[in-house]
Amino acid sequence: MTPGSLLQDLLFDYTLRTVALGSAILGLVSGALGTFAVLRRQSLLGDTVSHTALPGIALAFLLTGSKAPLVLLLGAAAAGWLGTLLIVAVLRTTRLKSDSAFGVVLSVFFGFGLVLLTLIQKRPDARQAGLEKFLFGQATALLAQDVAVMAVVGAILLAVVIVLYKEFKLAAFDPDFGLSVGLPMRRIDILLTSSLVVAVVLGLQTVGVVLMSAMIVAPAASARQWTDRLGTMIALAGLLGALAGVGGAVASSLTSRLPTGPVIVLCASAIVIISLTLAPRRGLLWSWLRRLRNRRRLALDAVLLDLYELSRQHADRAHPHALAALEAMNQRGGVGRSLAALAARGLVQAVSADAWNLTPAGRQEAERLAATLGRRP
Amino acid sequence: MSGIVLEIQLIAVVVAVACALPGAFLVLRRTAMLSDAISHAILLGIVVAFFVVKDLASPLLIVGAAATGVLTVTLVEMLTRTRLVKEDAAIGLVFPALFSLGVLLIARYAGNVHLDTDSVLLGELAFAPLNRLTIGETDLGPKSLHVMAGILALGLAFILLFYKELKLSTFDAGLAAVLGFSPAALHYALMTLVSVTAVGAFDAVGSVLVVALMIAPPATAYLLTDRLAMMLILSALVGVVSAIGGFWAAYALDVSIAGAMATATGICFLGAYLWAPDRGLVAVARRRRRQRWEFAETMLAIHLHQHEDRPEAATELREDHLVEHLAWTAAFAGEVVRRAERHGTLVRRAGLLELTPPGRKLARATLSR
Repeated sequence: MTPGSLLQDLLFDYTLRTVALGSAILGLVSGALGTFAVLRRQSLLGDTVSHTALPGIALAFLLTGSKAPLVLLLGAAAAGWLGTLLIVAVLRTTRLKSDSAFGVVLSVFFGFGLVLLTLIQKRPDARQAGLEKFLFGQATALLAQDVAVMAVVGAILLAVVIVLYKEFKLAAFDPDFGLSVGLPMRRIDILLTSSLVVAVVLGLQTVGVVLMSAMIVAPAASARQWTDRLGTMIALAGLLGALAGVGGAVASSLTSRLPTGPVIVLCASAIVIISLTLAPRRGLLWSWLRRLRNRRRLALDAVLLDLYELSRQHADRAHPHALAALEAMNQRGGVGRSLAALAARGLVQAVSADAWNLTPAGRQEAERLAATLGRRP
Repeated sequence: MSGIVLEIQLIAVVVAVACALPGAFLVLRRTAMLSDAISHAILLGIVVAFFVVKDLASPLLIVGAAATGVLTVTLVEMLTRTRLVKEDAAIGLVFPALFSLGVLLIARYAGNVHLDTDSVLLGELAFAPLNRLTIGETDLGPKSLHVMAGILALGLAFILLFYKELKLSTFDAGLAAVLGFSPAALHYALMTLVSVTAVGAFDAVGSVLVVALMIAPPATAYLLTDRLAMMLILSALVGVVSAIGGFWAAYALDVSIAGAMATATGICFLGAYLWAPDRGLVAVARRRRRQRWEFAETMLAIHLHQHEDRPEAATELREDHLVEHLAWTAAFAGEVVRRAERHGTLVRRAGLLELTPPGRKLARATLSR
């Protein structure tokens, strides 16, 4: 398939267009709201909420008999919200830590959801086919009206983030300060968490319960590497999330038997890996290079100082000293290479094959170094 | 039929205990969510091992899958150590990626094998007894019972052998390191045990419910006791009760056994959360109320003590004056006086409140504290 025909499919093929658009919205919204979850160290809230939503979906179906996405999503949001409140209550009133509270609520709600699903299975009037897709997500089953619902709800969520940007920022970084200037931080906290719950629920249909957690964490964790500013991070996380969504949708459409949800998650994971390695300043590659450069500089400094030390012991300061002596003083090794590098900078010079002394510039540099190290000048 | 019912319960009980024991340490070490990560990530291990050995029942499968569990923990730790992401984010990044890979591999290459994501995620305990272990012609019982019993024995042996070390490194990792134990080695040993247990149990109860059985019973026990040994015993007990209760509920309603077991652990947790003797919400609320009344009675005794036998006594010792002086509502003041009377710290005499000797003693004791 050529890029041209791919673009054509993206624009005109109903299924692909719907799936790509839905995934893009999902990535955008979950990326933006996931930013707050990651910054507040609640990355696993996404995982928890998505599992917690299952009994809500099943109950909504049991009570209304409807499989309309909006009904099921409302049920999911209600259950996810209840689970979140329970976690908050458990954390506030017991000595359990957040990991246990998350684990208990997540698994128990999910188990109860399973019980309800098997109950539904027995009903003669309904098969659970429509519900099972929430477990694993079924992006290809997205309809235009589903995407419309996602777009509207997503737009509301983004509007909330924009309008309450300042308040959410405080909730993420310094809730105590917010309290001290008289803001209702409890309510802001609840609103922020509720928005996250809705964002998670929004993605269930597309990527499913297990993988939704990645959509909350991955774009935000990637964006964090590129910037230190919250506004930029939110925008970038949304963008990267949307990118992963579209990329995953397209990639899975190119090959048969490639479920969309996992491909989207793998796209998001690839973006994480790229960001972790390549992001300027924080990236692993750069910090590795920095460490390498530092180590080399330290090695050079050590040899230079050793040579300086030798020259101070000798009446004739310009007297050349043997490589072997320098090697004996050095524990790190690689003295010959360091000398060559120092010579290239004009700090030392080879008097004969095996004997070296400092150039005037080298002496100056060594004196400067010795001073900063607190040795005698 | 009753044979199968008994066997299912037996498997459920063994799985529950095998999960609860290492789970207790996960809860105490604040790494409960690692069980979630491990139980999902083993899917990849199961798939890859399956491609290698081509046999779903092979013990190599368990080894391969358990290795993925340990790999997950290692990756999470490596990511955390770069300091680019926090630990919770690292967990949230690693296991969905591994799980996705597993799902993709199944979808692409194992579509026609009995290996689907449903069974990994959900499990079906009711089918467990169908897979029998036979030697020659003799039927030795369900295979998963043997597997899980072996894993339980392994876990029990590990915890009994390294009880002291586990205890120390769980509660004071720094001291453990100073004393020459290796917290890291113990940590990985524990994570290996968790992985092996998760792999053994996923077959019976599915990966999400492994989390329920690993975390909820120990979390329940943690609300009930302050002693590690007691916590381990209570965890196992809650697991057993949930397993049997869940089974019968599922049997009666004809629903998922694993789901019902998880729900039962949740009910146990809720019970402990509300009614734990010392830390339950009810106990705490009751204690708060009692303290409130005790405080008020003491205040009243001190007030009366300050003003008795003084010129102002005629006004200060009247009940309606408390509203003004202690800023109490009339109803509250009345209730406090009634309680104080009942406890014998004061009596009414000629319209005035008068301390009894015990009441005076209470006031003095409090003031001299």
